[in-house]
Amino acid sequence: MLTLRFFARLREQLETSQLAWPCCDNVEALIDSLQAQRGALWGELLRGANIVIAINQVVARRGQRLCDGDEVAFFPPVTGG
Amino acid sequence: MRVDISVQHEDFDAGAELADLRAASRSVGAVASFIGAVSDSNEQQRVSELELEHYPGMTERSIRGIAEQAGRRWELLAVRVIHRVGRLPVGAQIVLVGVASRHRGEAFAACEFIMDHLKTRAPFWKKERTDSGERWLDARASDAQAAARWSE
Repeated sequence: MLTLRFFARLREQLETSQLAWPCCDNVEALIDSLQAQRGALWGELLRGANIVIAINQVVARRGQRLCDGDEVAFFPPVTGG
Repeated sequence: MRVDISVQHEDFDAGAELADLRAASRSVGAVASFIGAVSDSNEQQRVSELELEHYPGMTERSIRGIAEQAGRRWELLAVRVIHRVGRLPVGAQIVLVGVASRHRGEAFAACEFIMDHLKTRAPFWKKERTDSGERWLDARASDAQAAARWSE
């Protein structure tokens, strides 16, 4: 299983902060599976041009391979400081 | 190089933190610092408070990475970063970046470098409450440009 995490505006739009999800080959396949089971909004928001993806708390690319147990986070551009 | 990172709800005593940086080593000859605070206005709107969300774990790891990157670029003796989360009223301190080094040049530059990268890489998000409701702040192109100039 993967642990999925969503933050800030994305967390509110998806009404989800954390989710356990079956493992997928890569982030692109993960988004396909979320879209198929949760609806088009998920695909649309998670493919947003600005959305940042982190795997195990390190910023990653959509094509990066996933392993069982990975933590995958999706979030909008950061605005701290 | 000593690196201390805190992400916390509580306020901090900037004077005590700077004294602690100065005492990090007998070689310290300079301490530079930056404090970010909640301003009462943003983009022509009156702000009443900010709410800061973060990604626990990745936040600390990301700031530590930035501090260590600064430590490879300049000769630093100690770095202290405190970032607050949760609800913060106008006037509240949000962030402290403090750097101790032998000479002022390194301390000034590293302080700005850490702050510029924190703003574009550390996973924090600000929600602003104004007279007309609440909104998530968008990332600014000027912040990305500020961070990018360090790689020129």
